Amino acid sequence: MNNIIEKANLEVFAETLLELGKKNKDIIVVTSDSRGSGKLVPFGEKLPEQIIEVGIAEQNLVGISAGLSAGGKTVFAVSPSSFLTARSLEQIKNDVAYSNHPTKLIGISSGISYGQLGSTHHSIHDLAVLRTINNITIVVPADNFETRESIKQSVNYNKPIFIRFGKKPMMKIHNDNQNFQIGKAIKVLIGSDVTFIAIGETVQRAVLASDILKKEGISSTVVSMHTLKPFDEKTFLESLIGSKALITIEEHSINGGLGEKCASIISQNNINIPFKILGIPDEYMINGSQSDVLDHYDMEPEKISKIAKKMLK
Amino acid sequence: MNLKQLTLKSIHYRKTILEIIYNGGAGHTAGSLSCVDILNVLYNNILDITPNNFQSIKRNRYIQSKGHSVEALYTVLCDKQFFSLNDLKTLNNFNSHFIGHPTRKVNGIEHNTGALGHGLSVAVGIALANKLNKNNYNVYTLLGDGELSEGSVWEALNSAKKYQLDNLIIIIDRNKLQITGKTEDVNPIEPLNDKFKSFGLEVKEVEGNNLEELNLIFNKTPFKKNKPNLIIANTTKGKGISFIENVVKWHHKVPTKEEYEQAINELNLQEKKYS
Repeated sequence: MNNIIEKANLEVFAETLLELGKKNKDIIVVTSDSRGSGKLVPFGEKLPEQIIEVGIAEQNLVGISAGLSAGGKTVFAVSPSSFLTARSLEQIKNDVAYSNHPTKLIGISSGISYGQLGSTHHSIHDLAVLRTINNITIVVPADNFETRESIKQSVNYNKPIFIRFGKKPMMKIHNDNQNFQIGKAIKVLIGSDVTFIAIGETVQRAVLASDILKKEGISSTVVSMHTLKPFDEKTFLESLIGSKALITIEEHSINGGLGEKCASIISQNNINIPFKILGIPDEYMINGSQSDVLDHYDMEPEKISKIAKKMLK
Repeated sequence: MNLKQLTLKSIHYRKTILEIIYNGGAGHTAGSLSCVDILNVLYNNILDITPNNFQSIKRNRYIQSKGHSVEALYTVLCDKQFFSLNDLKTLNNFNSHFIGHPTRKVNGIEHNTGALGHGLSVAVGIALANKLNKNNYNVYTLLGDGELSEGSVWEALNSAKKYQLDNLIIIIDRNKLQITGKTEDVNPIEPLNDKFKSFGLEVKEVEGNNLEELNLIFNKTPFKKNKPNLIIANTTKGKGISFIENVVKWHHKVPTKEEYEQAINELNLQEKKYS
């Protein structure tokens, strides 16, 4: 794979939303003093009638967004994923999911995007907590293409949806002619030795690890599991056929995220395969930049490839 | 409806509330009795929300933030033909849609509430949508007084002021009691009137179980252009039944057979007086 670095998914989100907002006056963005963090200053300047600012009040952000949805608007509530999914979890649960409003909840700078700002700003809980909320879809796009497509498709998506991404420039994973559908995982690479199931911005790390393995004659399957809920069990199980090892990678706590979802499925399908969950372990987190922290917790491509080789022995 | 009709409706509603709670074996008795006069005036004289227009967004809205007083809401919606009394009598049964807090599974329910401090933000959102959609429909929301301890209520008020939502009518069911005891003992919230005024709202106080006063005040909105409306409805928790009024334990106590019969007798006497 050519390692082309594109824009941050955050930028692509903001650009896509501006394009969509120009064409559709019912699109409303709601921010909690987060328009700068969300790269939405141009949106606010060009479409001032379509942005609502509630100040630093995330509970109100989600409640008002649910109300605007009930009033017929197509609503994007945009806030750092750490605050959006913790401070306003009850509003997400009751006012959006349980009340069944098709509000689009956008968790920006998710995972450990905020690096040295520390654990107050990290969201390594968001996927786990939202997995336990009924009636909400969870999407974590891997690259610019997946981000653009998920935002576009969310407009007419008729149920509650949460989309989270980071703010670092991302490697190009897909061509623009790739088929993207919320709820349908994408096989990025098809191989025979090891299967990587990755989500969001860790997909590029899986791809880079597979490049290293390829040089040593080991072929990899890499799946971008961009939709965590509803989970594409079919594509997941297909990706395991003939495979000798399974590694999941997520920028999230190892508790309750992608890895444990996969564990649940393989155990209930009586699949016996060497299996490793890579993510943030349950400990006082080490301090550092996003990439340093991910590397530290074994999500560095070289380390991933070593783990794979060990499992294949 | 005229005052006599409204008065008879309230008596009838109180009977139904007691009946469904008694038969269902659970419910928020006193809170439903305190707010039912407000719902009576809203649904019969103000809102014009009917089973025919409910699916449209081109109408007024009512969000009951104090979701636990759902028996009052179900009772009034039943009277407005959103569902049958037989359906309502399934309250609390296995697989019934009629549960102890508002749910959109029940026809006529606008928003799912039950956790406190949520309804106002949602009402602000709908009122904002109405402004953006350039329509003249109002959003009414009923909050409990105990609920005012929730910080999210005050977040929502800031936005209501900022966006000058004069199409938003906030009603406080000020019955001065909550599950543990008096609101002013549990977590004092006074001076309410001054607090709301300082948040930029146009505040009015009424006797919240006085149908005539309620009818007058709801017909005066918007009180002031570009200002959100807030009505402190001073009510009596358990209103209408002598031994339930102002007794803390009736927050969610279910009447015994004797209590139920005595309550119905009291309401029958009131009915006789007005018929």
